[in-house]
Amino acid sequence: MSETVRIVLNGDEREVPAEATLAAALLGLGLMRFRNSVQGEPRAPLCGMGACQECRVTVDGRMHVRSCMTPCREGLRVETDQP
Amino acid sequence: MVGSWCLHGVGTVDSRCFCGRAVPVVRANFDVVIAGAGIVGAACALELTRAGLSVAIADPAFPGAGATAAGMGHVVVMQDSEPQFRLTSWSRRLWQALAPELPAEAEYSPCGTLWVAADEEELAAARRLRDDASARGLSAELLDPAGLAEAEPQLRPGLSGGLLIPQDAVVYAPAVARWMIRSAVAQGAVFRPGVAVDSMRDGRAKLSDWTAWSAGALINAAGMGAARLTRGLPIQPRKGHLVITDRAPGFLHHQVVELGYTKSVQALTSDSVAFNLSPRPTGQVLIGSSRQSGVDTEAVDRPILEAMLRRAFSFMPALRELSAIRCWTGLRAATPDKLPLIGPHPELAGVWIAAGHEGLGITTALGTARLLAAQLTGRVPEIPAEPYLPARQTVMGRELNHE
Repeated sequence: MSETVRIVLNGDEREVPAEATLAAALLGLGLMRFRNSVQGEPRAPLCGMGACQECRVTVDGRMHVRSCMTPCREGLRVETDQP
Repeated sequence: MVGSWCLHGVGTVDSRCFCGRAVPVVRANFDVVIAGAGIVGAACALELTRAGLSVAIADPAFPGAGATAAGMGHVVVMQDSEPQFRLTSWSRRLWQALAPELPAEAEYSPCGTLWVAADEEELAAARRLRDDASARGLSAELLDPAGLAEAEPQLRPGLSGGLLIPQDAVVYAPAVARWMIRSAVAQGAVFRPGVAVDSMRDGRAKLSDWTAWSAGALINAAGMGAARLTRGLPIQPRKGHLVITDRAPGFLHHQVVELGYTKSVQALTSDSVAFNLSPRPTGQVLIGSSRQSGVDTEAVDRPILEAMLRRAFSFMPALRELSAIRCWTGLRAATPDKLPLIGPHPELAGVWIAAGHEGLGITTALGTARLLAAQLTGRVPEIPAEPYLPARQTVMGRELNHE
């Protein structure tokens, strides 16, 4: 079993694999709606390699961070369901 | 019976093709033909259709495809000259009156303009503008540094103050142009997208698809294309750049412009940039502005873009945290005296001009349409038409008849 770190997802503390990307970790937690399109439709990772921009979330207060390019770290604050 | 028609299908004016055969009769006689479906041409189309005239419009692309889509959609009262003030303040009232009719996609947002004073000299200018506005019965509120920071928290500290003009607004101009054309067509106007007016004179407009329209009044509202269509018009390109960011709801609340903008605009010959931001209803931020005279290429100019962004960052460092997702350019149609050309051509009978609106075309489109409609129908216009007539001394002879 690999090591885990704790992140804060939308206010709730969650345990995720330490070596995962944030996108993989969030998918592993069952998250389907990473962000919303202009029309309010759900968006989630498509390419998983930094190109498509669909997996953006707010990380430590910074908007539009690509979760697929962000390694999980202890204490990361993540907000989803935003623009 | 199909055999009696030619297959070219052109030459609709005489119901006869160049090959000599008859073609199906398509309406080709109108009271008014308009070249250009930018915000100005579209506003004229709607105004004249509503005035009961038969109208045909052609545009080489689609409504709002030119400078209309390269502006910030700022509806703003400017006080650089009395005629400019009259046209912009009257037009702003017309926008306010039109707003309830506009569809949601027009994104009319009465967010106001926040003019930012970087130093005491600009704050003194803000005071003068406030006094001028008050004397003219317009709302204008002087803000101290604390008030400025409260109005736009992302502005850097250390600015001298600001001037809030609460009645200014922002619209998404291409959507307005599209709606105006659609509304005019719903009331009987004819619109041909993808068709340019190649020439207009002697009551006849020749179109790029080899057809022609005839009309009592031919209106040249072709923006930067106006000088090609009517040779000798005193119109020069002033290129501008825009950048749009990712969505950041709540980041920006007003159209925010540095007071130094006026200096930038007035530098007629040199390149200039100014801090100018527009909040989009999506939460995106539109970043401007730049002015380059005599440049008619549409490619993004990296040094100018960089200077423009540096200027913006110097007022609002937090902009650096946003991602730019697109940048593009457009050509403003500028005249020597910074007023548009609205009215009859001084020499060509039946040709009317509605062009040369430079950076104020979105604001002044509505006033332009009303002025032109008044002149065309023999009504007394709400404001004097003289300062904008193409025959005026300040532009006549400057470059008119130059070619």
